[in-house]
Amino acid sequence: MPIQWPFRPRPDSSRSDLWTKCPGCDEMVYNKQLEGNQRVCPKCGHHFRLRVDLRLGLLLDPDTFEERDAGLESLDPLGFVDLKAYPDRVAEQQKKTGVRDAAVWGLGEIEGQRVSICAMDFAYMGGSMGSVVGEKITRAAEAALEQRIPYIAVSTSGGARMQEGTLALMQLVKTCAAVEQLALEGVPYVSILSDPTTGGVFASFAALGDVNIAEPNALIGFAGARVAAGTTGDELPDGFQRSEFLYHHGFLDLVVPRAELREEVARLLRYLQPRPLPLQHNGEQGQERAGADAEAIRG
Amino acid sequence: MAETLLPPVDDVDESVPAIDEEALREAVWARVQLARNVQRPHTLELLEGMASDVTELHGDRAFGDDHALVGGFATIGEYRVVFMGHQKGAEVEENIRRNFGMPRPEGYRKAGRLLKLAERLGLPVVTFVDTPGAAPDAPSEERGQAEAIARNIAVMTSLRTPIVTVITGEGGSGGALAIAVGDVVLALENAIYSVISPEGCASILWRTSDMAKQAAVAMRLTAREQQALGVIDTVIAEPGEGAHDDHEETARRLGEAIEAQLEALVHHDLDDLVRARYRRYRDYGAFTTKEMPVRERRERQNWVDRLRALLDSGQRVVGVGEGEPLAPAAADDIDEERDTEVDGHAHLGHEENDE
Repeated sequence: MPIQWPFRPRPDSSRSDLWTKCPGCDEMVYNKQLEGNQRVCPKCGHHFRLRVDLRLGLLLDPDTFEERDAGLESLDPLGFVDLKAYPDRVAEQQKKTGVRDAAVWGLGEIEGQRVSICAMDFAYMGGSMGSVVGEKITRAAEAALEQRIPYIAVSTSGGARMQEGTLALMQLVKTCAAVEQLALEGVPYVSILSDPTTGGVFASFAALGDVNIAEPNALIGFAGARVAAGTTGDELPDGFQRSEFLYHHGFLDLVVPRAELREEVARLLRYLQPRPLPLQHNGEQGQERAGADAEAIRG
Repeated sequence: MAETLLPPVDDVDESVPAIDEEALREAVWARVQLARNVQRPHTLELLEGMASDVTELHGDRAFGDDHALVGGFATIGEYRVVFMGHQKGAEVEENIRRNFGMPRPEGYRKAGRLLKLAERLGLPVVTFVDTPGAAPDAPSEERGQAEAIARNIAVMTSLRTPIVTVITGEGGSGGALAIAVGDVVLALENAIYSVISPEGCASILWRTSDMAKQAAVAMRLTAREQQALGVIDTVIAEPGEGAHDDHEETARRLGEAIEAQLEALVHHDLDDLVRARYRRYRDYGAFTTKEMPVRERRERQNWVDRLRALLDSGQRVVGVGEGEPLAPAAADDIDEERDTEVDGHAHLGHEENDE
């Protein structure tokens, strides 16, 4: 899997500590055991967040991932300064995480089925969606459309990136437009939501999968839970904004543990195949494709 | 108009006159206050001043009717249109009934129903945007606020009828955007448009909402600044002290501007129109493409980095043991040029050879 890490790889906290305290069960988990278990707590099943390379490695067949547009990098359209100037923040985050921005996209295979995939990384500025994330989500969808292969987006994000202002907000439109094109053209799209997926990312492409899948107990919602409690003054229901809550309210098709995720996606992909292109009058391409599709159906 | 091009983003700075920071903060904040003025005309008041035969339609056909988002038919000049917009109240009671202009999912689904109706009838759509944001309460989460917003945005990007959007007051993030994807985006002079409220931005990035004024400046949320960014096409001057001062004149000016846009848009071929709209939103973004700097990092290989590399290598042995696919370097067996942290000396060796 030739992901090139353009910056110093992040100092992984689990590298320097032997043990990690599991937020699910408060037990100390041996890091080596955690890594060997796809970063799922062996005691309580708590799903830790995954780095983007581990996420891709988990879903795709070995050595099939070809990264695209690895060099995309944010500009500073607003000249934004909060406690730090945005470009400084970008540089700091790149050094800390080893990635250039909060998403990686490319082409790969899942049990031999070719897919276009874009996965996010929460460690980079809270997985916030600015121009680069929006562009990668969009280009990955466009590649799926052009090659007529299924599209898979793996989200983990706090929402739109404030430092890019309304240009970040416009990424909601851009990404929705891209997956809308897939829907119109009969190219399937699987949205995988992992902890956390909130704000502008959930309120755009992540909510719009033909099939929406989440990992267990992932935080998924539009507004922050504190805000929600504040506005109603009520107690929030149990498990508010967690995967199972969304599943019960009809916004997720499946809640799938990480260990079964790859297998489940592979099973879905046997059904989620692009609609055959209509026969073209003088073009052999259409007929060939229809022939191939017919074979695929028989197979 | 329909095919708006972004100005080069690097130039935006120059459009801001050099005044002292305190004055700038106060000037921007005055706009925020004007945009939020409760006496400001909202969707229904504006329509009263610019349209005839206004008929409001109700309900999302699934859950209920949302009073924070109104919609229906109206005739603006000679154009019959489908309108939709956020509706705040001028007094406390009406504001409570209208949830301060913060729609719940049923509001957005009503808007979605009307969008598709407009497409079927071949009527242009005019949307009026003025909301602090979508309702952030628990019932809205249960009914899928995010899905409702995303669905509307997606529908608007491919809707086969012209869409004119006006930001009339607060353009509050996703809750605004859910009815703000247009072929052309107009704004009243004192309107604001932002990815998050200044208070929210300040409390996250400055860790105190006291910095809201500073956040408002940083986000460049005024109509003029948004025009410079290419997010808003045309800014319409407000009469007197602001729109609250003269509802009738505000509606008249806005009505004229909307009519002019409709006149231009209705003659477009629908395929061209939808393609141009897609292009408009496809092109938003500010990024650059860097070469993969396989060697770049070595330039920073001073003694501090070397020392750090040595320490890192020690940590890896202690914390992880050998052969675990943990560090990115170990996980991706990348090309030999990007050596692992352990090999600080190897880097230097390469560097010398290269030069």
